[in-house]
Amino acid sequence: MTDKLIRRGLSRRGLLQTTAGLIGGSMLPALPAFAEDKPAIGSYPAGVSGSTAFIGISVPRTGTYAVQGEDELKGYQLAIEHINSGHDLIKKISPKTSKGVLGKELKFGVADSAAKPNEAVQAQQRFISENKAIMITGGTSSAVAVALNKLAQREHVLFVCGISGSNDTTGKDCVRYGFRQNFFGQTAAAAIGPVMVKEFGKGKKAAYLTPDYTYGHTVTKSMQDFLATAGWTTVTNQVAPLGAPDYSSYLLNVANSGADVLINVNWGHDAVLSTQQAKQFGVLDKMKLVVPYQVPFIARETGGLMQGVYAATDYWWTIEDKFPLAKMFNEAFEKKYGYKPEWGAENAYVSFAHWARMCEEAGSFNPPDVIKAYEKGETLPSLVGDVHYRPEDHQCVRPVIIVKGKQQKDMKSKEDWYDVVEIVPGEGLMQKPDAFGCHPGDYT
Amino acid sequence: MISWPNLVSQLFNGLALGALLALISSGLTIIYGTLGVLNLAHGAMFMIGGYAGFVTYQYTESFVLAVIAGSLFVMLLGVVMERVIIRHFYHRPHEDQLLVTFGLGICFVELVRLIFSSQSQIVPPPALFQGITNLGFMFYPTYRLAVVGIVAIALGALFLVLYRTRLGMIVRAGIEDSVMVDSLGINVYRVFMVVFGIGAMAAGFAGIVNAPVVSLTPGIGDDILVQTFVVVVIGGVGSFPGAILGGLIAGEIISVTSMFNPGYAYVMLFAAMTLVLVVRPHGLLGVQGRE
Repeated sequence: MTDKLIRRGLSRRGLLQTTAGLIGGSMLPALPAFAEDKPAIGSYPAGVSGSTAFIGISVPRTGTYAVQGEDELKGYQLAIEHINSGHDLIKKISPKTSKGVLGKELKFGVADSAAKPNEAVQAQQRFISENKAIMITGGTSSAVAVALNKLAQREHVLFVCGISGSNDTTGKDCVRYGFRQNFFGQTAAAAIGPVMVKEFGKGKKAAYLTPDYTYGHTVTKSMQDFLATAGWTTVTNQVAPLGAPDYSSYLLNVANSGADVLINVNWGHDAVLSTQQAKQFGVLDKMKLVVPYQVPFIARETGGLMQGVYAATDYWWTIEDKFPLAKMFNEAFEKKYGYKPEWGAENAYVSFAHWARMCEEAGSFNPPDVIKAYEKGETLPSLVGDVHYRPEDHQCVRPVIIVKGKQQKDMKSKEDWYDVVEIVPGEGLMQKPDAFGCHPGDYT
Repeated sequence: MISWPNLVSQLFNGLALGALLALISSGLTIIYGTLGVLNLAHGAMFMIGGYAGFVTYQYTESFVLAVIAGSLFVMLLGVVMERVIIRHFYHRPHEDQLLVTFGLGICFVELVRLIFSSQSQIVPPPALFQGITNLGFMFYPTYRLAVVGIVAIALGALFLVLYRTRLGMIVRAGIEDSVMVDSLGINVYRVFMVVFGIGAMAAGFAGIVNAPVVSLTPGIGDDILVQTFVVVVIGGVGSFPGAILGGLIAGEIISVTSMFNPGYAYVMLFAAMTLVLVVRPHGLLGVQGRE
């Protein structure tokens, strides 16, 4: 039913708050059989007193991050389908999962965040109060992730973060109730920085295109800090609003800056548009392009402009040669949706699978118990090998995939956009948990 | 840091943006001036022009055909929209018109999203205008140079229609006083249909001409709509020359401000609009006293 409702969803924002699970979640009184000897907190136990558990999902379905939001949503949907049916892949990540989480079928509602924090918070607030959501998720914009962190902590409902690359998300804005699977902007910088220095040399001049919000500023700062150690300087940093309609003015400044390398920190459609226009203005003829933290869709959407370009990313499907779970995921995803999954889908799937595992290990949906299960910091399987969540800041320690855009002639299929240059283990890249001032707050 | 060539290139950039805004705004202002309808679906028309051209390009690989098809499709859409929906709202309050056109805009955007998804689509510039031109003092994308020329020709054509034809005479008279035109025995409603079609076509034409400059997404008309309204207000609501002047002013403000501090580009644009409204409430070239 939820699927059907989602497919029907044509409207802009918030109109997709599907109500599947509403009855189970909010209308029925608590069943005595499920009563646990734990105090009520957040939407617990009200949200899981029936035979279902409800998850609130907010992804951008419109605006500059819409493509990534759709990919992310598909990852969530596949994860929920697999959890509810006890799929083999889920069992590999969460061995105790049979059907549903703790025997409860997962239901979900979807709202369009349009990558705007206020829209996402309003939608999730409704999912929590009306549907008794036991977990909320979303992101794609770090500004959204940071806002949902705060909501989660206030409402005592777990927030399993979707795509968010800002240092702040599990840094200064971290919360006890929030968990993130994809890495810091600083981690991306630490991974791709050495590759850039090796490729382009020391003492280079860099121009930055930075989106004007938490993700953009922290990634740019991280890149600048890292590259400064190799004598790189910043000749210009052009800061554009999220969803800027035209980058020509910024690019003229870049073109006249005398930079050797353009570091395009933009993401989603902004990255596509700015890269495409950089080509138009001849910027890419004058200087090399690097996209330090990117989503693979950019290769397709720019029509080949990523050829030869280095980028750090969370996931690229060809790593299935090395990781059997990635292969299983790719096959299941492609069968259902008809294309190779990208980073958003991987991130969404794994985040849900890990959450399901933690609930099973805690033996309860009780938020403090689930949080403590995460905080054991045990080694977990993921699509990119073994990973673990740090107890101090709830940040997943996982590898960074460095890719380089393939030349057209080398592409073996229409989705073969990148060579995987390196899979950099997360351990050596990560800064200390308190490096960004994380103070996660209380359990209750 | 701010060098002379940099300033000139930004001024030129402003001209390119301004020309585009002028063309889109002229369509909006003609429709409002003649019909009294503030068409909030105008941004969506701009977007649809781009997509209609994109589809044509996919099949024909001809940019010229893409421009023709994009323009004609949106003109047809405008005529149908006027006949089926808008004409029922001529005598309704402005807020009804705003809401119905806004709603139509949302429907158009979501329909396009349903068909094409949110992924960016690319229409390459024609081979003739690909690459970069050395203007002596700066390098500039050849196609953007061409856009200024193409838009200038389009505005010239629109000018000829408005100022050198009987239809144009009626339209301009209608802008001044549609009741008088009606009482002279001219079927203003048929004229209205044509005007709506022409106004929409201006947006559609701009949409496909602009497509190689940006990548197409369903939401591409949203920002343009806001800028277009600012242009119309600066130039004077209902004034064709005002739309051109307003467009050029807006383009330069956005571009030059971006050179110093990109974050303030829109702030300056709205500040300029406010200033104009304070000094000349009917806009720079607007007709004083018109309803």
